[in-house]
Amino acid sequence: MYDFEYVKPGSLDAAKSAIAGAEDGKLMAGGMTLIPTLKQRLASPSDVVDLGGLGDLAGIRKDGNSIVIGAMTRHAEVAASADVKAAIPALADLAEGIGDPQVRNRGTIGGSIANNDPAADYPAALVALGATVRTTKRELAAEDFFTGMFETALEDDEIITEVVFPTAEKAAYAKFPNPASRYAIVGVFVAKGGDGVKVAVTGAGPAVFRVAEMETALSGNFSADALQGISVSADDLNSDIHAGADYRAHLVGVMAQRAVKAAG
Amino acid sequence: MANVTMTINGKQVSGEVESRTLLVEFLRDQQRLTGTHVGCDTSQCGACVVHVNGDSAKSCTMLAVQADGADVTTIEGLAKGDDLHPMQAAFRENHGLQCGFCTPGMIMSAIDLVQHNADPSETEIREWLEGNICRCTGYHNIVKSIKAGAEAMRG
Repeated sequence: MYDFEYVKPGSLDAAKSAIAGAEDGKLMAGGMTLIPTLKQRLASPSDVVDLGGLGDLAGIRKDGNSIVIGAMTRHAEVAASADVKAAIPALADLAEGIGDPQVRNRGTIGGSIANNDPAADYPAALVALGATVRTTKRELAAEDFFTGMFETALEDDEIITEVVFPTAEKAAYAKFPNPASRYAIVGVFVAKGGDGVKVAVTGAGPAVFRVAEMETALSGNFSADALQGISVSADDLNSDIHAGADYRAHLVGVMAQRAVKAAG
Repeated sequence: MANVTMTINGKQVSGEVESRTLLVEFLRDQQRLTGTHVGCDTSQCGACVVHVNGDSAKSCTMLAVQADGADVTTIEGLAKGDDLHPMQAAFRENHGLQCGFCTPGMIMSAIDLVQHNADPSETEIREWLEGNICRCTGYHNIVKSIKAGAEAMRG
């Protein structure tokens, strides 16, 4: 790891100036991806701005029919939250399945979505539930937020503050994890909410995507049977040592059916 | 260089570190607390697990500067004099180790589990050990040890 200037601001304003003033700065939330990336010298920022001192950004609250999760809320807190379990149990289940207990003790929702790893779990939940990402500059719909592999709509000096999840009538997440890392080889989040049925897929492609054909089928008949015969094209899906593109395409169908069954 | 101060095993310590110094390097190289091991150094194996403010964390994937002001417990902080912590004793009694390299991390992780779940089932223990790898035992006796350790911790 190359050395860097370490800054730990005590307020959001101080964090905004620190990142804006840095030559090549990186924001750090839990550091579960950034620290391994620095170790491998895949990144060598001049400054690391640690958001760990911003206690105001951590916490979970109910707001009408939504659950609002602060950007610095750790996965373990989402998994254990009585509010999340009551309102969107699928989201608590998803958080419980991220990495391992030590990763869940440090990793945060804001860090995960800002990184937008193609195999991360949270992007599928945000897109399927129609979540809104609030930042220091604006509000973004989840679908506009995730723009590509490790790419988001965030500007360099923009900091995520919280994520707003509308509750859903039915929702579930099914993932086929990599047995070593627990990252999703394929993960499918299915939600039936105010604006219809959404099926969001992570792990399979360069970034989270929706499957319109499945959504239409489930809108008419919300059951695993409705998905019989619907296949996803392997074109443009990821292929690596863990799984080939055609296997991932197959898994999308299997995980979608499991998610619908789990959602009831 | 930055100055960090933290409480390790109940004792306040300070030291000069680079921004990039890992918590595990601070513990092992500067504090000479070599019970915390570095196995993979890629946050997968769990040999470096310590408690930071009461929660288990992989000290190879945390900067020492992040732990400034924190309360850290390592494997050295568990025994009271010659009396092993009940979880340590359970690992010894149940043959929960062979080479012993993963054991400090296993024990620190196990104690965090019992803090959350006083009476974990075998499945819950196995799920919790997702982030701790053992190359010797096949895990069976580790799971047995943690069950016994949890029972002893309940008193």
